[in-house]
Amino acid sequence: MAATAFVEALARSVRSWCAGATGVRDVAQLSGGASQETWSFVIERPDGDVAAILRRSPPGYGSVSGRAAGLDAEAELMRLAYDAGVPSPRVLHVLTERDGLGDGFLMQKVDGETIPRKILRDELFAAARPKLARQIGAILAGLHGIDSAALPSLRTISSTQEIGLLRDDYRAYDWPRPVFELALRWLADHDPGVSKQISLVHGDFRHGNLIIGPDGVRAVLDWELAHLGDPMEDLGWVCVNSWRFGEIDRPVGGLGSREEMFAGYEAAGGHVDQARVKFWEVMGTLRWGIMCCGMMQRFRQGPDHSMERAMIGRRSSETEIDLLRLLAPRG
Amino acid sequence: MQDEPRPDELIKAVADFLRDQIAPQISGHAAFKLRVGINALDLVTRQLALTGESDAAEHASLKALLGHDGSLFNLNAELADRIASGAVDLSTPGVKDHLWRTTLAKLAVDQPNYASYRRELEGGEQGLPTNTPSS
Repeated sequence: MAATAFVEALARSVRSWCAGATGVRDVAQLSGGASQETWSFVIERPDGDVAAILRRSPPGYGSVSGRAAGLDAEAELMRLAYDAGVPSPRVLHVLTERDGLGDGFLMQKVDGETIPRKILRDELFAAARPKLARQIGAILAGLHGIDSAALPSLRTISSTQEIGLLRDDYRAYDWPRPVFELALRWLADHDPGVSKQISLVHGDFRHGNLIIGPDGVRAVLDWELAHLGDPMEDLGWVCVNSWRFGEIDRPVGGLGSREEMFAGYEAAGGHVDQARVKFWEVMGTLRWGIMCCGMMQRFRQGPDHSMERAMIGRRSSETEIDLLRLLAPRG
Repeated sequence: MQDEPRPDELIKAVADFLRDQIAPQISGHAAFKLRVGINALDLVTRQLALTGESDAAEHASLKALLGHDGSLFNLNAELADRIASGAVDLSTPGVKDHLWRTTLAKLAVDQPNYASYRRELEGGEQGLPTNTPSS
């Protein structure tokens, strides 16, 4: 599984900053492409082991994409979120050159479930489910309320810029899709312009990036796409039908109603602009559809010739029916 | 003319073998990948069965909308351009029906179990693909 040199470097790193740490065990890779890896392991200490996670770009790899905030910024955001009471893993250490492990950070492992089908169906989460939409609203309000002066340097992106980026991505695939054109046109015609409130936006707040336990949301993960912008973007993205996993009448991740999420958001001090949320839901649906097209292109051109990539490419039509349901409902 | 069995029959035989004989023996990540592979074979089987008719219908509909003939790709590109420029929109006669019909035809191949698609099949009578497979 894990190369000896990597495990030794990890153990050396951990001993240098974790009081009493003697070494590491159970080192296992959870996921990883060429430029971004996630590892799970246990830090051994005489007075209690610590389950930990490493996220890193291996030595020699730079930033993932133009949109990525960068691993240092991710670590900083998770620290700020943790301090602001947003459920978040505790960041243990940010890698430096001395660690010899590349760029990245280590955090405490949070127990819980990330697989949407289990969260939406298993008995274990039955008591939590009715509360989650409201809790998600409260968490987003907390996240958007983080003092911008404290934030690391992040790109700012407006709705108008986002429409342009999506249009460029879509046009680059050179595969005509009248439904995507319809959505781009609708977005341009309904662009709400620069938001009165510019805040931290998580950028990928949805199933898969939330660790959930029987008691509710325990951690918000994956701040890779965090940026500054319209806070309503996160509220729209979490409602995209692609993350409802069949529970299409419960817009907030298949868990509950928009109204419940809005109530949680406002009770925690946020202000909801429903027209903007709808705009971002349409944008999010199109964005996921275009990301599916990107998977198809990478499958065809890139070194990762995987079935999963190919099949995700064929899921862009799911977003087309969702866009039609949003913009041109029948009957 | 090639001999029989046809591609769709061969693919279905392979998919059924993997599903019924192999999948029960496999676990973990390999089982996940096997499922993705079986789903891909099923998708191809549906595409082979349905595309001839749905492409012909889409072609006829595009010809009527745009007033001239061309390849399916070029006609789609032209419709996309006209929507982008605002020359055509949802109020243009036939456009909304065309987009719905072609999208439903795609879903019948790509993801017939997708919840939005199933909801539309339950809800609407008009413009549905006539030969949606039951699987």
